[in-house]
Amino acid sequence: MKRSVSLSINGRAHSVDVEPRALLVQVLRDDLYLTGTHIGCDTSQCGACTVLLDGRATKSCTTLAVQAEGHEITTIEGLAQGGELHPMQNAFWEKHGLQCGFCTPGMILSCIDLLESNPDPSEAEIRHAIEGNLCRCTGYQNIVSAVQAAAVAMRGAPVRTTA
Amino acid sequence: MSTLFGSSIKRREDPRLITGKGTFVDDVSLAGMVYAGILRSPYAHAKIKKIDATAARGLSGVLAVYTGADLTDALIPVPCAWNLPNADLKLPPHPHLAVEKVRYVGDGVAMVIAESRAIVRDALDLIDVDYEPLKAVVNPEAALKPGAPVLHADVAGNQAFKWVVAGGDADGAFAKAEVKVALTIKQNRLLPTAMEPRAAVASYNAGTGQLTLWATSQNPHIHRFLCSVMLKLPEHRVRIISPDVGGGFGSKIPAYADEALVAFASMKLGRPVKWTEDRSENYKATIHGRDHVQYVELCGTKAGQITGIRTTVYAGLGAYASTAGPGVPTILHGLMYSGAYTIPNIHGTIYGAYTTTTPVDAYRGAGRPEATYLIERLVDTFARELGADPVEVRRKNFIPQDKFPYTVATGITYDSGNYEGTLDKALGMLDYKGFRAEQAKALKQGRFLGVGVCTYTEICGLGPSQVAGAIGFGGGLYDSAIVRVYPTGMVRVYIGTKPHGQGEETTFAQIVADEFGYPVESVEIVSGDTDNTPQGWGTYGSRTTAVGGTAVKIAAQRVKEKAKKLAAHLLEANERDLEWKDGKFMVRGSPDKAKGFAELALMANVAWNMPAGLEPGLEATAFFDPSNFVYPFGAHLCTVEVDAETGQVKILRYIAVDDCGNVINPMIVDGQVHGGVIQGIGEALQEIAIYDDDGQLLTGTMMDYAVPKASQMPHLELARTVTPSPVNPMGVKGVGETGTIAAAATVVNAVCDALAPLGIRHIDKPLTPATVWAAIQRAKGGAA
Amino acid sequence: MIPVQFDYVRATSLNDALKTLAGGDGTKVIAGGHSLIPLLRFRLAQPAKLLDIAGIKELSGISEYKRGLRIGAATTYRDILDSALVRDRYQVMMDATSGIGDVQVRNRGTIGGGVAHADPAADMPGVLLALGASFNLRSKRGKRVVAARDFFQGTFATALAEDELLIDMVVPPLPRGGASAYVSIEQAASGYALAGAAVVVKCSRKTVTECSLALTGLSDRAFLAEAAAKLLVGTKADPDTLQRVGAAAVEGIEITGDIHAPAEYRRHLAAVVVGRAIRAAIDRV
Repeated sequence: MKRSVSLSINGRAHSVDVEPRALLVQVLRDDLYLTGTHIGCDTSQCGACTVLLDGRATKSCTTLAVQAEGHEITTIEGLAQGGELHPMQNAFWEKHGLQCGFCTPGMILSCIDLLESNPDPSEAEIRHAIEGNLCRCTGYQNIVSAVQAAAVAMRGAPVRTTA
Repeated sequence: MSTLFGSSIKRREDPRLITGKGTFVDDVSLAGMVYAGILRSPYAHAKIKKIDATAARGLSGVLAVYTGADLTDALIPVPCAWNLPNADLKLPPHPHLAVEKVRYVGDGVAMVIAESRAIVRDALDLIDVDYEPLKAVVNPEAALKPGAPVLHADVAGNQAFKWVVAGGDADGAFAKAEVKVALTIKQNRLLPTAMEPRAAVASYNAGTGQLTLWATSQNPHIHRFLCSVMLKLPEHRVRIISPDVGGGFGSKIPAYADEALVAFASMKLGRPVKWTEDRSENYKATIHGRDHVQYVELCGTKAGQITGIRTTVYAGLGAYASTAGPGVPTILHGLMYSGAYTIPNIHGTIYGAYTTTTPVDAYRGAGRPEATYLIERLVDTFARELGADPVEVRRKNFIPQDKFPYTVATGITYDSGNYEGTLDKALGMLDYKGFRAEQAKALKQGRFLGVGVCTYTEICGLGPSQVAGAIGFGGGLYDSAIVRVYPTGMVRVYIGTKPHGQGEETTFAQIVADEFGYPVESVEIVSGDTDNTPQGWGTYGSRTTAVGGTAVKIAAQRVKEKAKKLAAHLLEANERDLEWKDGKFMVRGSPDKAKGFAELALMANVAWNMPAGLEPGLEATAFFDPSNFVYPFGAHLCTVEVDAETGQVKILRYIAVDDCGNVINPMIVDGQVHGGVIQGIGEALQEIAIYDDDGQLLTGTMMDYAVPKASQMPHLELARTVTPSPVNPMGVKGVGETGTIAAAATVVNAVCDALAPLGIRHIDKPLTPATVWAAIQRAKGGAA
Repeated sequence: MIPVQFDYVRATSLNDALKTLAGGDGTKVIAGGHSLIPLLRFRLAQPAKLLDIAGIKELSGISEYKRGLRIGAATTYRDILDSALVRDRYQVMMDATSGIGDVQVRNRGTIGGGVAHADPAADMPGVLLALGASFNLRSKRGKRVVAARDFFQGTFATALAEDELLIDMVVPPLPRGGASAYVSIEQAASGYALAGAAVVVKCSRKTVTECSLALTGLSDRAFLAEAAAKLLVGTKADPDTLQRVGAAAVEGIEITGDIHAPAEYRRHLAAVVVGRAIRAAIDRV
C-alpha cells in the first residue's frame, strides 16, 4: 500500500506516495528525478547512493524512504549554491578526482561529512573515511588530493553542509 | 604561442558530473515507459523441463512474460564478432533466453515486462521453472578432458578453438638450453565491476520503424550493427545512444542478449522499456575477465640470455563465445609473448574452452596482462635460478633502443621504445641498491621485505583495419571525426569513439583548439549517439587517442586548410604568402592584413564571397586508419613487506615509470595510470571470482568480491619518459591499460622476492592473507 | 534489490512499540536498518510488518551508569565514536567501532540492531562479552536482564523473544587501572572479522592480575574464552604464554571455514589476534 511521505530535500519539501518497501534512493531517482544519486550495488558496499541525512553521509539504498521522513536530506544536486560550486566539488574538479563520474556524487558527499568532523585529516584518515565509497577509475589517489585541497579551502570558510 | 597540447587543463566533462547533472542510461525516463527484468538460471547446467509463468502473467501491472520459445523466430542469436582464423573455431548458437538448456548461473530464462520495477521484481518470483540439473565444469583445462560434461551438442569436448603462435624454433632452443625454468600459473577470473551496472532503455516507433536504444556502451556503432543483426532491423533504423557511461573496463564492449531483449519488448509492446542490472546480477550476467590455466616455460643461457618461451594455455570462454571472446586469449595475448625482450624462439598453444560459467571477454588489458604476467614471472624465476639480479637479467634481454622498429619472433613490429630509460628512472626513484641492503638487514630480524620489478610493453592503439580483417575481427579498427565550425566560430566535434571516463572531451578539444588558436571552451566534443557521429569502432584497447584523436587532428587540419584558402581569397593574397600566427592567417610581412579563424568561420558559413571552386561551409570529416599498432612500455617497481604471521602483504612503495609517447594532458594520463595500477594491484592481492564445483558463483556480491577500497591501496609514485610513436602524427600511444598490465606482475614478483628466503618460488594470485600464509606453512613444512 | 511488500509503523513511544510487538504477527524491529535492509533487498527476510523504533528517545544515547555505561539500543556507532565516556574508558569499544562497516554504516547503524542481528563475524558482540555487559530486554510481559554470555546463541540467533525489545546494554566499569583493546583481521570485501579478539586486562607490576577475553568471527557466534584468559593471569604475557593463550582460546571450538579463510587459517589467526589484542591492552595500562 502506498502512503504519502513528506521529505525535505535540498531545503525543499516534497510529498510523495510511496510503498513502505521503497528505498530512499529509488524515490529520489524515480519519483523526484534527482538522478545524481546513483546505485552501484545491492549490498551497501559501494556508496554511490550516498546522500547526507541531517548532515551525515548515509547510503540511500540502505534507507527506506519512510525512514527518512522528518530528516533533512541533501543530495548532490543541492550542494552548489547560486551557481557556485561547493569547495569539495571544486576540489574534485581541480584535482581530477573523478573519471567516469558515477561514484562521484556519493564520494563528494562522504568527503563533506568527513571534513565536518575532521577538518584537517591525514591521508590515512581520508582513506579510512571513504572505505564506504568504491571508485573503480581513479585508484583513489586524486580523490585523496581533492579532499586535502578542499580541507584547506574549507578551513578558510564556514563549513556548509545543507543547502 | 603556448599550446594546450601537453597542458594539464581541468576536465570539461566534470561540471555536469560533480553536480549530479550527468546523464547515465538509468537516468533516462520516457513517457509511457515500462520496466524489464530477467529471470536468471540458479543452475550452472540444467535442462529446462517446463516454465510456468501463469502466476506472473496474472499479477496486476505485468504486461508480458517472454521465454526462449517466444524468441527463436524473432531474434538472431547473440553473435560472436571475433572469428578467429586458423583455429578451428566453434561458435555454437547463443540464444537470448535459454531454450532447452541453461549453461551458467545467470543465463537468462525469462523476461518480465511490468509497469514498475517493484512489480517486475515480484513477478520474477512467481515464475516457476522446472530444471533437471546436469553436471557443471568450471575449470577450462578440466572442460577439455574426456568425460567432462558437454555444454553444446555440436561442440564435442567443449573445445572452442586451438590456436598456435610460433616463431623461430622453440623446441630446438629448449633441447639445447643450458637453463630451463617452468611455472604453472592460474590467471584468476575477475569481475570487471564498472561502478555503473549495465542498463538499457529501448523505444521503438512502429510508425517510422525506428528503434532508439540508450545503452551502456563503449562502442555504440558496434552495438548498432550487432543490434540490427539480432533484431533483424535495417541498420539505418537503429539508433544507439550511449550517454554518460560509468566505467566499462571492457565489460561494456560486448553485445549482450539483454539489450536486444529490451528492444524486442519495446517493439512487441509499443512502449519504451527500461532494464537495469543489480550488482549481483551484473556479477553473473556481465562478462568476466582472465581465467587461464597456463603451463609456461623459459629457457636460456647461464649468462642470462633468454633463448625461448613455450606455453600451453587453457583459456575459459565461459558458456558462450562473447563478442571478442576468442580474440582476447589469442591475438591480444600470444602475439605479446616476446614482452620487452629479444626472445628468438617462441611457441604457444592456446586452447579455448567452453565452461558452465559466465562468458569471459575483454577486461582491462585483455590478454596482455596474462602475457606480461607469465613472461615477467618467468624472467624472475630464471633470474633466481641463475642467482642473478632480476633487473640485470631484464637489461641483458631488452630490445635495444636503436633497433626500433623491431619485429619480434611472433611476427609483430614494435613501433618505438627505450626500455632502459624507464627502468633506469624507476630504479633511481626507488634507490634499488639501498632497498636491497635494507631487505637483507630486515631478513636478519626475521622480517620479509621484497622488491618486484616488471618491464613491460604492450600492444594497443588498435589498430590497422587490414590487420583486423586478417585476424578475424568482425569490424574495422580505424576511427573518425567530423569537425564542424559554426557561423560564430564555435566548434563541435563529432567522434566515432566513445569516451567513458578517459577525458577525451577535454583532450580532443585541446587538439582542436590548438589547431584553430582557440581557447578550449570554444570546442565541444560530441560522442555516443550513432545518429550524429561518424562510423567508429569505440573505446577499448587503448585506441581512442592514438586512432580517434588522430582523426580529430586530421579533420581539424582539413578545416584549417579550407579556412586558409578562404583567407587568401579575402585578403587577395597568394596562399603561399600566408602564415598562421596568433590564431590568424596573415600576409607575411603585413600584420595588418590578417583574418582570424572566427571571422573566416562566419564568411565560410554565409558564403557571400567564396573563391571559385571552394564549397560553402566549414567542416571536415576524417577517417584515420593507422599503419601499425602502438607499443607503450615502462618499468614498474614495488616494495612490500609480508607479515609472515598472518600472510598479509603491505605495499611499501609503488613506482610506475611509463612511456606512452607524447602526452596531451599529463593530469589525465596520470589518472589513467593510477586507476590501472590499482586494478592490477587488486588482481594481484584480492580480486578473484570463485565458482564451486557445481558452478555456483561464490563471490556473487560485493560482500565477497573484494573491489579495492581506498584504505587498502597505496599511494603511487609516477614518472614518465617520452618516446614518440612514429605511427601517428601526434606521436601518441595509449595509456588506459598499461597500469593494469604491469601491476599484477610487479606486486607478485615483489611478494615472491620477499618470500624467496623461505624457498617459495611462486604463489598464484590473488595473494590473499590466507593464500600467502598457506604457502609459508607449506614452505616451512619443507614442501615448497 | 526490491523487498517484498510489508507494512511499516513508527513507534511513538516505548510502550507503543511493545504493544505492537505483542501482536505476534511476525513484526521485525528496525532502527538504522543496516542489518535488516540488506536482507530485505535480497528477500532473505520477508516480514509482514516493520516497527521503526528510531524515534524512541529513551532507546538512544550513552550515559554513565553505576560507574560504567548504559548504551541505548538505538545508539548509532557514530554516537559511540563521538562519546567522550567511551573514548576515555573503553578503548576496546572504540577500537571495534571504528572498524565496523564504513562511515555511512556507522552513521545509521545502531549497536542494538547489530547485536540483535547476531552476525557471527560482527565485532561488537565480542566486545560486549569481554566487557561483561548485560542486556535489558522488555516486552509487554515484563522486563528481564540477560548477560551477554547468554544472549548470543548462534548464527543470527539470540535470547530475544519475538515480542521482546532490546532496550539497552549496561557495561560495568573496567577494573581500576585496567585497560582494553580489540584487534581483528578483516575480510577484504565485507570488512567483517575473519578473527577478532576483545581483551580487558589489569596488571600489577607488569604481571597480569585479571583478564577477560572474547573472540568473534571464528564460529557460529562470538564467545568468551575464560579458560584461556585464566592462563594469562599471573604471567607477564611473554610470547610463549600468548601463544598458549591463543591456542587455548579456540580449544574445542568448531571453526568456520570459507572461501576467504579456511578453518585452519582462521584458527591460526585467532591466536594471532588474541596475542596482539593482549599486547595492545597491556601497552595501554
